[in-house]
Amino acid sequence: MIAMPITLKQNYAAPPTDGTPPAVSVSNLHIRFGNEGSEFTALQDVSMQIQEGALVTMLGPSGCGKSTLLRCIADLVHISDGSVSVLGQMPRKAREGRDFAFVFQDATLLPWRSAIENVRLPMEVGRRDSDTTFADPEQLLALVGLKGRENALPHELSGGQRQRVAIARALVTRPRILLMDEPFGALDEITRDKLNEELLRLWQETGTTILFVTHSIPEAVFLGQYVLMLASHPGRVKEFMKIDLPGPRTLAMRDTVEFIRITAQLRALLEQC
Amino acid sequence: MTDTIHSAENTVPVSTKKAAAANKLLAPLLDNLPAALAIVGCILLWQLIVWGFSVPTFMAPSPVEVLYAFKENAGILWTNLLPTLMEAALGFVFGNLVAVLLAVWFVYSPLAEKAFYPIAVIIKSIPIIALAPILVLLVGNGFAPKIIIAGLICFFPTLVNMVQGLKSTSPAMLDLMRVLSASNSEIFWKVRLPASLPFLFAALKIAATSSVMGAIVAEWIGSSFGLGALIIEATYNFRSPLLYATVVIAATLAVVLFFAVSIVEKKVIRWKPAAHD
Repeated sequence: MIAMPITLKQNYAAPPTDGTPPAVSVSNLHIRFGNEGSEFTALQDVSMQIQEGALVTMLGPSGCGKSTLLRCIADLVHISDGSVSVLGQMPRKAREGRDFAFVFQDATLLPWRSAIENVRLPMEVGRRDSDTTFADPEQLLALVGLKGRENALPHELSGGQRQRVAIARALVTRPRILLMDEPFGALDEITRDKLNEELLRLWQETGTTILFVTHSIPEAVFLGQYVLMLASHPGRVKEFMKIDLPGPRTLAMRDTVEFIRITAQLRALLEQC
Repeated sequence: MTDTIHSAENTVPVSTKKAAAANKLLAPLLDNLPAALAIVGCILLWQLIVWGFSVPTFMAPSPVEVLYAFKENAGILWTNLLPTLMEAALGFVFGNLVAVLLAVWFVYSPLAEKAFYPIAVIIKSIPIIALAPILVLLVGNGFAPKIIIAGLICFFPTLVNMVQGLKSTSPAMLDLMRVLSASNSEIFWKVRLPASLPFLFAALKIAATSSVMGAIVAEWIGSSFGLGALIIEATYNFRSPLLYATVVIAATLAVVLFFAVSIVEKKVIRWKPAAHD
Protein backbone atom coordinates (compact mmCIF):
# COMPACT_ATOMS: atom_id res chain seq x y z
CA MET A 1 0.00 0.00 0.00
CA ILE A 2 1.36 3.35 -0.97
CA ALA A 3 0.74 5.92 1.71
CA MET A 4 -0.26 9.34 0.56
CA PRO A 5 2.04 12.13 1.67
CA ILE A 6 0.36 13.84 4.54
CA THR A 7 0.60 17.57 4.82
CA LEU A 8 0.52 18.32 8.51
CA LYS A 9 0.68 22.08 8.35
CA GLN A 10 -0.37 24.52 5.72
CA ASN A 11 2.98 26.25 5.91
CA TYR A 12 4.81 23.18 4.63
CA ALA A 13 7.20 23.93 1.80
CA ALA A 14 4.85 23.90 -1.14
CA PRO A 15 5.49 21.21 -3.74
CA PRO A 16 7.03 22.66 -6.89
CA THR A 17 4.49 23.58 -9.53
CA ASP A 18 6.56 22.74 -12.63
CA GLY A 19 6.52 18.99 -12.02
CA THR A 20 10.18 18.57 -11.09
CA PRO A 21 10.62 16.34 -8.06
CA PRO A 22 11.42 18.02 -4.74
CA ALA A 23 15.01 17.87 -3.45
CA VAL A 24 13.96 15.66 -0.59
CA SER A 25 10.64 13.98 -0.06
CA VAL A 26 9.93 11.88 3.00
CA SER A 27 6.63 10.12 3.49
CA ASN A 28 5.38 8.11 6.43
CA LEU A 29 8.91 7.25 7.40
CA HIS A 30 9.45 4.90 10.33
CA ILE A 31 12.87 4.05 11.69
CA ARG A 32 13.23 1.34 14.29
CA PHE A 33 16.50 0.16 15.80
CA GLY A 34 17.28 -3.04 17.69
CA ASN A 35 15.86 -6.55 17.55
CA GLU A 36 12.40 -7.87 18.19
CA GLY A 37 11.50 -7.35 21.80
CA SER A 38 14.00 -4.60 22.49
CA GLU A 39 12.93 -2.36 19.66
CA PHE A 40 13.40 1.36 19.78
CA THR A 41 11.44 3.71 17.53
CA ALA A 42 13.69 6.56 16.44
CA LEU A 43 11.30 8.10 13.95
CA GLN A 44 7.58 7.61 13.65
CA ASP A 45 5.49 8.56 10.65
CA VAL A 46 7.64 11.43 9.46
CA SER A 47 6.53 13.20 6.30
CA MET A 48 8.00 16.33 4.78
CA GLN A 49 9.13 17.85 1.53
CA ILE A 50 12.00 20.15 0.75
CA GLN A 51 12.10 22.14 -2.46
CA GLU A 52 15.26 22.44 -4.48
CA GLY A 53 17.31 25.45 -3.52
CA ALA A 54 15.85 25.75 -0.01
CA LEU A 55 17.87 26.06 3.16
CA VAL A 56 16.08 24.11 5.86
CA THR A 57 17.36 23.84 9.41
CA MET A 58 16.34 20.96 11.65
CA LEU A 59 15.80 21.58 15.33
CA GLY A 60 14.64 19.41 18.18
CA PRO A 61 15.47 18.10 21.64
CA SER A 62 18.37 15.66 21.83
CA GLY A 63 17.33 12.16 20.91
CA CYS A 64 14.49 13.32 18.67
CA GLY A 65 16.06 11.70 15.62
CA LYS A 66 17.21 14.76 13.65
CA SER A 67 20.50 13.12 12.85
CA THR A 68 18.76 9.84 12.09
CA LEU A 69 16.48 11.57 9.60
CA LEU A 70 19.46 13.22 7.93
CA ARG A 71 21.40 9.93 7.83
CA CYS A 72 18.33 8.25 6.39
CA ILE A 73 18.29 10.71 3.50
CA ALA A 74 22.03 10.04 3.06
CA ASP A 75 21.46 6.26 2.84
CA LEU A 76 23.41 5.68 6.07
CA VAL A 77 20.43 4.25 7.99
CA HIS A 78 18.14 1.42 6.96
CA ILE A 79 14.53 2.51 6.41
CA SER A 80 12.09 0.36 8.40
CA ASP A 81 8.92 1.63 6.78
CA GLY A 82 7.76 4.43 4.49
CA SER A 83 9.81 6.05 1.80
CA VAL A 84 12.48 8.63 1.22
CA SER A 85 13.21 10.08 -2.17
CA VAL A 86 16.08 12.35 -3.06
CA LEU A 87 15.57 14.28 -6.31
CA GLY A 88 12.98 11.68 -7.23
CA GLN A 89 15.29 8.68 -6.67
CA MET A 90 16.01 6.15 -3.95
CA PRO A 91 18.65 7.46 -1.50
CA ARG A 92 21.08 4.75 -2.68
CA LYS A 93 20.83 5.92 -6.29
CA ALA A 94 21.27 9.53 -5.22
CA ARG A 95 24.34 8.56 -3.20
CA GLU A 96 25.89 6.67 -6.10
CA GLY A 97 25.12 9.57 -8.41
CA ARG A 98 26.80 11.98 -5.98
CA ASP A 99 23.64 14.08 -5.80
CA PHE A 100 24.28 14.96 -2.19
CA ALA A 101 27.25 15.51 0.08
CA PHE A 102 27.44 15.12 3.85
CA VAL A 103 29.23 17.28 6.39
CA PHE A 104 29.72 15.71 9.81
CA GLN A 105 30.10 17.34 13.22
CA ASP A 106 33.70 16.19 13.25
CA ALA A 107 35.62 17.39 10.20
CA THR A 108 36.64 13.74 9.51
CA LEU A 109 39.73 14.76 7.56
CA LEU A 110 42.44 12.22 6.83
CA PRO A 111 45.26 13.44 9.08
CA TRP A 112 48.04 12.37 6.67
CA ARG A 113 46.59 14.36 3.78
CA SER A 114 47.03 18.09 3.28
CA ALA A 115 43.97 20.34 3.06
CA ILE A 116 43.86 20.19 -0.74
CA GLU A 117 44.45 16.42 -0.80
CA ASN A 118 41.52 16.02 1.58
CA VAL A 119 39.34 18.09 -0.75
CA ARG A 120 40.41 15.79 -3.62
CA LEU A 121 39.40 12.60 -1.77
CA PRO A 122 35.91 12.38 -3.36
CA MET A 123 37.58 12.59 -6.80
CA GLU A 124 39.63 9.47 -6.07
CA VAL A 125 37.01 7.05 -4.74
CA GLY A 126 33.64 5.66 -5.69
CA ARG A 127 32.22 5.11 -9.13
CA ARG A 128 33.51 7.70 -11.55
CA ASP A 129 31.92 8.10 -14.93
CA SER A 130 33.99 9.70 -17.62
CA ASP A 131 31.62 12.63 -17.86
CA THR A 132 31.80 13.42 -14.14
CA THR A 133 32.97 16.95 -13.62
CA PHE A 134 34.42 18.15 -10.38
CA ALA A 135 34.83 21.61 -8.99
CA ASP A 136 38.37 22.93 -8.79
CA PRO A 137 39.73 22.06 -5.30
CA GLU A 138 41.96 25.10 -5.25
CA GLN A 139 39.06 27.44 -6.01
CA LEU A 140 36.93 25.73 -3.37
CA LEU A 141 39.57 26.25 -0.70
CA ALA A 142 39.71 29.89 -1.70
CA LEU A 143 35.90 30.02 -1.52
CA VAL A 144 35.95 28.82 2.10
CA GLY A 145 38.71 31.29 2.95
CA LEU A 146 41.70 28.95 3.03
CA LYS A 147 43.73 30.34 0.17
CA GLY A 148 47.39 29.82 0.94
CA ARG A 149 46.74 26.94 3.38
CA GLU A 150 46.36 24.28 0.68
CA ASN A 151 49.34 22.26 1.84
CA ALA A 152 48.68 22.48 5.58
CA LEU A 153 48.08 19.19 7.36
CA PRO A 154 44.89 18.94 9.47
CA HIS A 155 46.79 19.13 12.77
CA GLU A 156 48.23 22.45 11.63
CA LEU A 157 44.71 23.91 11.16
CA SER A 158 42.26 25.20 13.77
CA GLY A 159 38.93 23.49 14.39
CA GLY A 160 37.11 26.08 12.28
CA GLN A 161 39.60 25.76 9.44
CA ARG A 162 39.28 21.97 9.49
CA GLN A 163 35.52 22.30 9.16
CA ARG A 164 36.02 24.70 6.23
CA VAL A 165 38.13 22.03 4.52
CA ALA A 166 35.32 19.54 5.15
CA ILE A 167 32.83 21.90 3.50
CA ALA A 168 35.14 22.40 0.51
CA ARG A 169 35.47 18.62 0.24
CA ALA A 170 31.67 18.29 0.27
CA LEU A 171 31.36 20.81 -2.57
CA VAL A 172 33.97 19.23 -4.84
CA THR A 173 31.46 16.79 -6.35
CA ARG A 174 29.11 19.71 -7.16
CA PRO A 175 26.29 18.20 -5.08
CA ARG A 176 22.77 19.51 -5.53
CA ILE A 177 22.02 18.86 -1.88
CA LEU A 178 24.23 19.48 1.14
CA LEU A 179 23.36 17.51 4.27
CA MET A 180 24.98 19.00 7.38
CA ASP A 181 24.85 17.28 10.77
CA GLU A 182 25.65 19.90 13.42
CA PRO A 183 28.71 20.92 11.43
CA PHE A 184 29.57 23.85 13.69
CA GLY A 185 28.38 22.28 16.96
CA ALA A 186 31.88 21.77 18.34
CA LEU A 187 33.20 25.21 17.44
CA ASP A 188 33.41 28.30 19.62
CA GLU A 189 30.71 30.93 19.17
CA ILE A 190 32.81 33.48 17.27
CA THR A 191 34.01 30.92 14.74
CA ARG A 192 30.51 29.54 14.46
CA ASP A 193 29.04 33.00 13.73
CA LYS A 194 31.58 33.58 11.00
CA LEU A 195 30.99 30.19 9.41
CA ASN A 196 27.22 30.72 9.58
CA GLU A 197 27.55 33.96 7.64
CA GLU A 198 29.79 32.30 5.08
CA LEU A 199 27.47 29.34 4.70
CA LEU A 200 24.62 31.74 3.88
CA ARG A 201 26.78 33.46 1.29
CA LEU A 202 27.77 30.09 -0.17
CA TRP A 203 24.14 29.03 -0.36
CA GLN A 204 23.17 32.22 -2.17
CA GLU A 205 26.06 31.88 -4.62
CA THR A 206 25.66 28.18 -5.43
CA GLY A 207 21.92 27.65 -5.04
CA THR A 208 22.59 24.30 -3.35
CA THR A 209 19.76 22.83 -1.31
CA ILE A 210 20.92 22.66 2.31
CA LEU A 211 19.50 20.55 5.12
CA PHE A 212 21.19 21.64 8.32
CA VAL A 213 20.82 19.92 11.71
CA THR A 214 21.53 22.06 14.76
CA HIS A 215 20.73 22.23 18.46
CA SER A 216 20.97 26.02 18.55
CA ILE A 217 17.74 27.97 18.11
CA PRO A 218 19.45 31.23 16.99
CA GLU A 219 21.53 29.28 14.45
CA ALA A 220 18.42 27.58 13.11
CA VAL A 221 16.58 30.89 12.73
CA PHE A 222 19.55 32.79 11.34
CA LEU A 223 20.29 30.23 8.64
CA GLY A 224 16.94 28.70 7.83
CA GLN A 225 14.40 29.72 5.26
CA TYR A 226 12.42 27.04 6.98
CA VAL A 227 12.82 25.39 10.35
CA LEU A 228 11.77 21.78 10.64
CA MET A 229 11.16 21.00 14.29
CA LEU A 230 11.05 17.42 15.52
CA ALA A 231 9.61 16.18 18.81
CA SER A 232 11.03 13.21 20.70
CA HIS A 233 9.77 9.90 22.12
CA PRO A 234 9.15 8.91 19.43
CA GLY A 235 10.80 11.24 16.91
CA ARG A 236 8.13 12.94 14.79
CA VAL A 237 7.53 16.22 12.96
CA LYS A 238 6.34 18.92 15.31
CA GLU A 239 6.39 21.95 13.05
CA PHE A 240 7.61 23.06 9.64
CA MET A 241 7.88 26.80 9.91
CA LYS A 242 8.80 29.43 7.37
CA ILE A 243 11.16 32.02 8.77
CA ASP A 244 10.03 35.42 7.54
CA LEU A 245 13.11 37.50 7.88
CA PRO A 246 14.16 39.94 5.18
CA GLY A 247 17.36 39.20 3.27
CA PRO A 248 20.25 39.55 3.13
CA ARG A 249 20.67 38.28 6.64
CA THR A 250 23.44 39.71 8.75
CA LEU A 251 24.72 38.78 12.18
CA ALA A 252 23.41 42.10 13.51
CA MET A 253 19.92 40.95 12.59
CA ARG A 254 20.00 38.60 15.55
CA ASP A 255 19.51 41.56 17.86
CA THR A 256 16.31 42.75 16.15
CA VAL A 257 12.92 42.41 17.81
CA GLU A 258 11.65 40.28 14.95
CA PHE A 259 14.50 37.77 15.28
CA ILE A 260 14.05 37.52 19.03
CA ARG A 261 10.30 37.07 18.62
CA ILE A 262 10.86 34.11 16.31
CA THR A 263 13.46 32.47 18.56
CA ALA A 264 11.11 32.91 21.54
CA GLN A 265 8.31 31.28 19.57
CA LEU A 266 10.53 28.34 18.65
CA ARG A 267 11.78 28.00 22.21
CA ALA A 268 8.21 27.79 23.46
CA LEU A 269 7.49 25.13 20.83
CA LEU A 270 10.63 23.22 21.75
CA GLU A 271 9.49 23.05 25.36
CA GLN A 272 6.38 21.15 24.28
CA CYS A 273 8.44 18.59 22.38
CA MET B 1 70.60 54.77 2.09
CA THR B 2 68.84 51.96 0.34
CA ASP B 3 72.17 50.21 -0.12
CA THR B 4 72.82 50.00 3.58
CA ILE B 5 69.36 48.64 4.19
CA HIS B 6 69.90 46.01 1.52
CA SER B 7 73.24 44.95 2.91
CA ALA B 8 71.73 44.77 6.36
CA GLU B 9 68.94 42.58 4.99
CA ASN B 10 71.48 40.35 3.31
CA THR B 11 73.75 39.88 6.27
CA VAL B 12 71.10 39.23 8.89
CA PRO B 13 69.62 36.10 7.33
CA VAL B 14 73.08 34.66 6.62
CA SER B 15 74.21 35.03 10.20
CA THR B 16 70.94 33.64 11.55
CA LYS B 17 71.20 30.78 9.09
CA LYS B 18 74.65 29.94 10.40
CA ALA B 19 73.43 30.17 13.95
CA ALA B 20 70.49 27.96 13.08
CA ALA B 21 72.79 25.40 11.47
CA ALA B 22 75.06 25.44 14.49
CA ASN B 23 72.02 25.05 16.71
CA LYS B 24 70.84 22.11 14.64
CA LEU B 25 74.13 20.35 15.31
CA LEU B 26 74.46 21.38 18.93
CA ALA B 27 70.89 20.89 20.10
CA PRO B 28 70.82 17.07 19.83
CA LEU B 29 74.26 16.89 21.44
CA LEU B 30 73.15 19.04 24.36
CA ASP B 31 69.91 17.07 24.49
CA ASN B 32 71.74 13.77 24.87
CA LEU B 33 74.45 15.09 27.16
CA PRO B 34 72.85 13.90 30.43
CA ALA B 35 72.40 10.38 29.05
CA ALA B 36 75.99 10.27 27.74
CA LEU B 37 77.40 11.50 31.04
CA ALA B 38 75.37 8.95 32.97
CA ILE B 39 76.67 6.11 30.78
CA VAL B 40 80.27 7.28 31.15
CA GLY B 41 79.70 7.55 34.91
CA CYS B 42 78.40 3.97 35.11
CA ILE B 43 81.39 2.62 33.18
CA LEU B 44 83.80 4.52 35.46
CA LEU B 45 82.00 3.17 38.54
CA TRP B 46 82.26 -0.35 37.14
CA GLN B 47 86.01 0.09 36.56
CA LEU B 48 86.48 1.46 40.08
CA ILE B 49 84.55 -1.39 41.71
CA VAL B 50 86.55 -4.05 39.83
CA TRP B 51 89.79 -2.33 40.84
CA GLY B 52 88.80 -1.47 44.38
CA PHE B 53 87.54 -4.96 45.31
CA SER B 54 90.11 -6.81 43.16
CA VAL B 55 87.38 -8.78 41.40
CA PRO B 56 88.93 -11.69 39.44
CA THR B 57 88.62 -11.31 35.67
CA PHE B 58 86.69 -14.58 35.11
CA MET B 59 84.02 -13.34 37.53
CA ALA B 60 83.66 -9.81 36.13
CA PRO B 61 86.13 -8.19 33.75
CA SER B 62 86.81 -4.47 33.92
CA PRO B 63 85.76 -2.19 31.04
CA VAL B 64 89.39 -1.94 29.97
CA GLU B 65 89.67 -5.74 29.71
CA VAL B 66 86.44 -5.83 27.68
CA LEU B 67 87.93 -3.21 25.38
CA TYR B 68 91.00 -5.42 24.89
CA ALA B 69 88.74 -8.37 24.17
CA PHE B 70 87.15 -6.34 21.36
CA LYS B 71 90.56 -5.74 19.84
CA GLU B 72 91.81 -9.32 20.18
CA ASN B 73 88.60 -10.99 19.00
CA ALA B 74 87.52 -8.52 16.33
CA GLY B 75 87.52 -11.26 13.66
CA ILE B 76 85.55 -13.78 15.74
CA LEU B 77 83.02 -11.14 16.79
CA TRP B 78 82.51 -9.99 13.20
CA THR B 79 82.05 -13.47 11.71
CA ASN B 80 79.54 -14.32 14.43
CA LEU B 81 77.69 -11.02 14.17
CA LEU B 82 76.77 -11.52 10.52
CA PRO B 83 74.69 -14.71 10.92
CA THR B 84 72.86 -13.25 13.93
CA LEU B 85 72.12 -10.05 12.00
CA MET B 86 70.81 -12.08 9.07
CA GLU B 87 68.61 -14.28 11.27
CA ALA B 88 67.23 -11.28 13.16
CA ALA B 89 66.56 -9.33 9.95
CA LEU B 90 64.89 -12.24 8.13
CA GLY B 91 62.88 -13.14 11.23
CA PHE B 92 61.82 -9.50 11.53
CA VAL B 93 60.68 -9.36 7.90
CA PHE B 94 58.81 -12.69 7.87
CA GLY B 95 57.35 -12.45 11.37
CA ASN B 96 55.97 -8.99 10.75
CA LEU B 97 54.78 -9.78 7.24
CA VAL B 98 52.77 -12.76 8.46
CA ALA B 99 51.42 -10.71 11.38
CA VAL B 100 50.29 -7.85 9.11
CA LEU B 101 48.62 -10.19 6.61
CA LEU B 102 46.90 -12.09 9.41
CA ALA B 103 45.73 -8.80 10.96
CA VAL B 104 44.16 -7.75 7.64
CA TRP B 105 42.39 -11.11 7.44
CA PHE B 106 41.16 -10.81 11.05
CA VAL B 107 39.77 -7.32 10.46
CA TYR B 108 37.77 -8.40 7.42
CA SER B 109 36.73 -11.81 8.77
CA PRO B 110 35.46 -11.83 12.37
CA LEU B 111 35.15 -15.62 12.07
CA ALA B 112 38.87 -15.96 11.31
CA GLU B 113 39.67 -13.70 14.25
CA LYS B 114 37.50 -15.80 16.57
CA ALA B 115 39.07 -19.03 15.32
CA PHE B 116 42.75 -18.13 15.18
CA TYR B 117 43.30 -15.38 17.75
CA PRO B 118 43.32 -17.89 20.65
CA ILE B 119 45.90 -20.01 18.80
CA ALA B 120 48.09 -16.94 18.41
CA VAL B 121 47.81 -16.34 22.16
CA ILE B 122 48.71 -19.97 22.92
CA ILE B 123 51.79 -19.82 20.69
CA LYS B 124 52.73 -16.53 22.35
CA SER B 125 52.50 -18.09 25.81
CA ILE B 126 54.93 -20.94 25.05
CA PRO B 127 58.32 -19.81 26.37
CA ILE B 128 60.60 -19.14 23.41
CA ILE B 129 63.47 -20.98 25.08
CA ALA B 130 61.29 -24.10 25.26
CA LEU B 131 60.30 -23.74 21.63
CA ALA B 132 63.91 -23.70 20.39
CA PRO B 133 64.70 -27.42 20.91
CA ILE B 134 61.38 -28.38 19.38
CA LEU B 135 62.18 -26.39 16.26
CA VAL B 136 65.69 -27.84 16.06
CA LEU B 137 64.12 -31.32 16.03
CA LEU B 138 61.61 -30.21 13.39
CA VAL B 139 63.69 -28.22 10.93
CA GLY B 140 67.29 -29.08 11.76
CA ASN B 141 70.15 -27.08 13.12
CA GLY B 142 70.74 -24.53 10.36
CA PHE B 143 69.44 -21.02 9.98
CA ALA B 144 65.80 -22.08 9.83
CA PRO B 145 65.01 -22.50 13.55
CA LYS B 146 66.74 -19.19 14.37
CA ILE B 147 64.80 -17.27 11.74
CA ILE B 148 61.56 -18.91 12.85
CA ILE B 149 62.14 -17.99 16.50
CA ALA B 150 63.17 -14.42 15.66
CA GLY B 151 60.01 -14.19 13.54
CA LEU B 152 57.76 -15.68 16.21
CA ILE B 153 58.98 -13.20 18.79
CA CYS B 154 58.11 -10.31 16.42
CA PHE B 155 54.82 -11.80 15.37
CA PHE B 156 52.56 -11.31 18.36
CA PRO B 157 53.03 -7.62 19.24
CA THR B 158 52.68 -6.72 15.57
CA LEU B 159 49.52 -8.80 15.16
CA VAL B 160 47.84 -7.20 18.19
CA ASN B 161 48.85 -3.65 17.24
CA MET B 162 48.01 -4.04 13.58
CA VAL B 163 44.52 -5.37 14.34
CA GLN B 164 43.98 -2.40 16.64
CA GLY B 165 45.40 0.01 14.06
CA LEU B 166 43.21 -1.27 11.24
CA LYS B 167 40.17 -0.96 13.50
CA SER B 168 41.13 2.55 14.67
CA THR B 169 39.26 4.33 11.87
CA SER B 170 36.43 6.38 13.33
CA PRO B 171 32.81 5.45 12.48
CA ALA B 172 32.34 8.97 11.08
CA MET B 173 35.22 8.43 8.66
CA LEU B 174 33.63 5.17 7.50
CA ASP B 175 30.29 6.99 7.10
CA LEU B 176 32.04 9.56 4.93
CA MET B 177 33.53 6.83 2.73
CA ARG B 178 30.08 5.25 2.43
CA VAL B 179 28.51 8.55 1.38
CA LEU B 180 31.27 8.76 -1.24
CA SER B 181 30.29 5.22 -2.36
CA ALA B 182 33.90 4.08 -1.84
CA SER B 183 34.61 0.38 -2.38
CA ASN B 184 36.05 -1.82 0.36
CA SER B 185 39.48 -1.82 -1.25
CA GLU B 186 39.44 1.97 -1.54
CA ILE B 187 38.55 2.21 2.14
CA PHE B 188 41.41 -0.18 2.95
CA TRP B 189 44.12 1.57 0.94
CA LYS B 190 43.04 5.16 1.51
CA VAL B 191 41.84 5.05 5.10
CA ARG B 192 42.40 1.89 7.13
CA LEU B 193 45.98 1.10 6.14
CA PRO B 194 47.43 4.63 6.53
CA ALA B 195 45.56 5.00 9.84
CA SER B 196 47.19 1.80 11.11
CA LEU B 197 50.77 2.92 10.40
CA PRO B 198 51.45 4.58 13.78
CA PHE B 199 50.26 1.39 15.49
CA LEU B 200 52.39 -0.74 13.17
CA PHE B 201 55.55 1.25 13.81
CA ALA B 202 55.04 1.11 17.58
CA ALA B 203 55.10 -2.69 17.22
CA LEU B 204 57.99 -2.72 14.73
CA LYS B 205 60.17 -0.83 17.21
CA ILE B 206 59.53 -3.51 19.81
CA ALA B 207 60.10 -6.20 17.18
CA ALA B 208 63.42 -4.68 16.08
CA THR B 209 65.02 -5.31 19.47
CA SER B 210 63.27 -8.56 20.30
CA SER B 211 64.17 -10.14 16.95
CA VAL B 212 67.86 -9.95 17.99
CA MET B 213 66.97 -11.54 21.30
CA GLY B 214 65.07 -14.31 19.51
CA ALA B 215 67.99 -15.05 17.19
CA ILE B 216 70.46 -15.22 20.11
CA VAL B 217 68.27 -17.46 22.25
CA ALA B 218 67.82 -19.79 19.27
CA GLU B 219 71.61 -19.95 18.81
CA TRP B 220 72.01 -21.20 22.38
CA ILE B 221 70.58 -24.57 21.43
CA GLY B 222 73.33 -26.61 19.78
CA SER B 223 74.51 -23.99 17.36
CA SER B 224 78.07 -23.47 16.22
CA PHE B 225 77.74 -19.95 14.87
CA GLY B 226 76.26 -16.59 15.81
CA LEU B 227 76.50 -14.30 18.81
CA GLY B 228 74.37 -16.73 20.86
CA ALA B 229 76.80 -19.59 20.25
CA LEU B 230 79.70 -17.29 21.07
CA ILE B 231 78.07 -16.35 24.39
CA ILE B 232 77.74 -20.04 25.35
CA GLU B 233 81.30 -20.83 24.27
CA ALA B 234 82.83 -17.84 26.09
CA THR B 235 80.91 -18.73 29.26
CA TYR B 236 82.04 -22.39 29.27
CA ASN B 237 85.67 -21.37 28.71
CA PHE B 238 85.59 -18.63 31.36
CA ARG B 239 86.52 -16.07 28.72
CA SER B 240 84.57 -13.37 30.51
CA PRO B 241 85.96 -10.36 28.61
CA LEU B 242 84.89 -12.00 25.32
CA LEU B 243 81.48 -12.80 26.82
CA TYR B 244 80.98 -9.16 27.81
CA ALA B 245 82.19 -7.93 24.43
CA THR B 246 79.68 -10.23 22.72
CA VAL B 247 76.87 -8.95 24.91
CA VAL B 248 77.83 -5.36 24.04
CA ILE B 249 77.81 -6.22 20.31
CA ALA B 250 74.39 -7.89 20.65
CA ALA B 251 72.96 -4.88 22.47
CA THR B 252 74.44 -2.50 19.90
CA LEU B 253 72.89 -4.54 17.09
CA ALA B 254 69.46 -4.28 18.75
CA VAL B 255 69.85 -0.53 19.26
CA VAL B 256 70.95 0.00 15.65
CA LEU B 257 67.92 -1.92 14.35
CA PHE B 258 65.66 0.08 16.68
CA PHE B 259 66.98 3.37 15.34
CA ALA B 260 66.75 2.15 11.75
CA VAL B 261 63.02 1.52 12.29
CA SER B 262 62.66 4.89 14.03
CA ILE B 263 64.22 6.70 11.08
CA VAL B 264 61.87 4.98 8.63
CA GLU B 265 58.96 5.85 10.91
CA LYS B 266 59.92 9.54 10.91
CA LYS B 267 60.09 9.50 7.10
CA VAL B 268 56.75 7.74 6.69
CA ILE B 269 54.64 9.40 9.40
CA ARG B 270 54.84 13.16 9.15
CA TRP B 271 51.36 13.71 10.52
CA LYS B 272 49.82 13.68 13.96
CA PRO B 273 46.70 11.68 14.77
CA ALA B 274 43.49 13.61 14.17
CA ALA B 275 42.88 16.13 16.90
CA HIS B 276 39.19 16.00 17.67
CA ASP B 277 37.76 19.47 17.88
